[in-house]
Amino acid sequence: MPKLLTGAEIVFKCLEDQKVNHIFGYPGGAVLPIYDELKNHPSIKHILVRHEQGAGHAAEGYARSSGKPGVVLVTSGPGATNVVTALTDAYMDSVPMVCISGQVPTHLIGTDAFQECDTTGITRPCTKHNWLVKDINELSDVMHEAFKVATTGRPGPVLIDIPKDIQFAKAKYKKPKKEKSLNGKSHNKFSTDEIDQLINLISKTKKPIIYSGGGVINSGPKASEALRKFVELTGFPITSTLQGLGAYPGDDNQFLGMLGMHGTYEANNAMHDCDLLINIGARFDDRITGKIDEFSPNSKKVHIDIDPSSINKIIKVDLAIVGDVTKVIDKVNKTIVKKKNGNGKSNKPNIAKWWEQIQKWRSKDSLNFINSEDSIKPQHAVQRLYELTKNKDTYVTTEVGQHQMWAAQHYKFNKPNRWMTSGGLGTMGYGLPAAVGVQVAHPEKLVIDIAGEASVLMTMQEMSTAVQYNLPIKIFILNNQYMGMVRQWQELLHEKNYSESYSEALPDFMKMADAYGCKGIKADNPLELDEKIQEMVDHNGPVIFDCHVDPNENCFPMIPSGKPHNQMILGPNDQEENKIKGKGKALV
Amino acid sequence: MPKSKSAYSSPSIKQKSDTYIFVVWVDNEAGVLARVVGLFSGRGYNIESLAVAEIDAIKNISRITIVTTGTPQVIDQIRLQLTKLVPVHKVAEFKRDDKDVIFKEMALFKIVGKKNKIEKCLNACKKFNPVVLDETKSSAVIQITALRREIDKMNKKLKPLGLISTSRTGAVAMTRGAKIFN
Repeated sequence: MPKLLTGAEIVFKCLEDQKVNHIFGYPGGAVLPIYDELKNHPSIKHILVRHEQGAGHAAEGYARSSGKPGVVLVTSGPGATNVVTALTDAYMDSVPMVCISGQVPTHLIGTDAFQECDTTGITRPCTKHNWLVKDINELSDVMHEAFKVATTGRPGPVLIDIPKDIQFAKAKYKKPKKEKSLNGKSHNKFSTDEIDQLINLISKTKKPIIYSGGGVINSGPKASEALRKFVELTGFPITSTLQGLGAYPGDDNQFLGMLGMHGTYEANNAMHDCDLLINIGARFDDRITGKIDEFSPNSKKVHIDIDPSSINKIIKVDLAIVGDVTKVIDKVNKTIVKKKNGNGKSNKPNIAKWWEQIQKWRSKDSLNFINSEDSIKPQHAVQRLYELTKNKDTYVTTEVGQHQMWAAQHYKFNKPNRWMTSGGLGTMGYGLPAAVGVQVAHPEKLVIDIAGEASVLMTMQEMSTAVQYNLPIKIFILNNQYMGMVRQWQELLHEKNYSESYSEALPDFMKMADAYGCKGIKADNPLELDEKIQEMVDHNGPVIFDCHVDPNENCFPMIPSGKPHNQMILGPNDQEENKIKGKGKALV
Repeated sequence: MPKSKSAYSSPSIKQKSDTYIFVVWVDNEAGVLARVVGLFSGRGYNIESLAVAEIDAIKNISRITIVTTGTPQVIDQIRLQLTKLVPVHKVAEFKRDDKDVIFKEMALFKIVGKKNKIEKCLNACKKFNPVVLDETKSSAVIQITALRREIDKMNKKLKPLGLISTSRTGAVAMTRGAKIFN
């Protein structure tokens, strides 16, 4: 007779077999049996957050920076509803996450019991899949399948809802099954023929561009290596989405910077004018494409993605290759090398003119801004932060808004998994708890949350978590007293009616640091900025850095809404020039 | 051109919409219909009719037939999104006017009235295999199987003849000949 284990024991057995080392959670009535079991499993460390949303974002930060799924444990009712934002965020940005929620005992389900909610109903549209386990004999299989669903194909969040009586009930534990294809859903169906078609397009192109995205990061570090080799072999220019930053070195000459709404002039114009567009692991998000009808009008489009439903969803493509980025690009690289044998260099001379054109666009220096000696410009602050931390293996998270775009524009990433930001859902309050998760995964590394003062207040309570576990995260707040991006839109599109975008009565972040028991640093003078950033970096413990920046700065360049890529608004330097010429703001 | 105030682009020119029938094989488990239907409502797709029942009790498989309208791009998306759902085994779709597919709905009509009116009703339904399921002196329940638009038509036609209640199923579909949906 095999030994019978309780549901709670089975949960931990599964976590152990899935090689989980950390879980982020918050206890409550309906998960107490699982919390009771925690003490018997020393290989699994629980990080107690201050709000379940924080647990979710911390798990996301953990997952994105380590490539392992993030695990969350919450109670029923409010515990589950609080984690919904983080689940949705993970779903939008394809982050592998396993959320275990407690539920009221099975006989009380549907009776409006205390702390009951329809968790699987609420989370159905924001998870890849979810399960309500009503039979203890199914628990092990469901747990193992959950990890599989979360981590295979296009990754994403899953949720397992476990009623309290199931946590007490006993059953035999089942080990994870050996590799078996998931419901026949294979992810690498691409053919040699498709690869040959791509090679053919590559050999003919005169104006190519590679547009890479978060799929390269999700495919693992090998994908970034393959991508770098591909870019080197072809000599093509490459641009990246917000989520793809770091897959290709940000300071390399072939890298045109980020594209899209706040992307560089050269990247967006190259997207618009190219004759071959190779999308690697990106999804033609509306922040990228601008006006769909005028998106890259004269190009052949190739889309490499693991998710078949991403193909032709927004932009019709000429060649779709469904598969894992690493496998596809490796194959492409091998084919290119094979074809080149004895033929010397490839089509690099073909695209020399294209590079000349790109250099012209580049000379606009679209990320430029007018620096000041009186006040700290936010772009300058990010640049200094980059210069002073680039020699360390730094991990950066952000909140959402202007500071996020400035971080993406001015902080150059050289490795994948170093940049964690909420792109799809755009969740203010993501960065601080995400930094907690990143630091848990990488205790010895420098982890910085580039934040805005409005965003960071949404999940500020997690500083208490950072202090409790001695996680030396640095919260670098670009404090402009406004919801900056909202203010910018109101300035540009709503006749400067700054409706409710100014935060009065902001807390004193120095005192807040004091209250949480961490270090507070304040900077408002550009001359002292370097010294204070250094002080932050050198401090061995969590820091809240209150960086007072120019409140009126806008984030440029920018594609105004409903406009194609080649009609960007550039920064103040350029606007001045245009005013003199009497041409207005919009540039062609 | 007036300046757009939205952070999103304005909708582009719409392609032509067509009616399609989706057949979806799913695990017959709790919540599976909610997943399928939720996908349609969540992504703004249309459901014109829906028919669901278990078709294999041993393998625990249900077959869902959904009639929907959409542009070719939307129809592609529906298929691909359905295929991604974990309990979905396979998905087939075809145009409503596909000659190789039979496509039927069933309707129950309750007629209240004198014998001659009921006779008239039966007569009107003659083309659609009418079966009288229940009959009294002053009423009858007639079952017909037909296409959606034919049932629509009959529904209208029988009103003046004493039709007081209609109940109808969603469409179900089957390929002609020996081949099956792949």
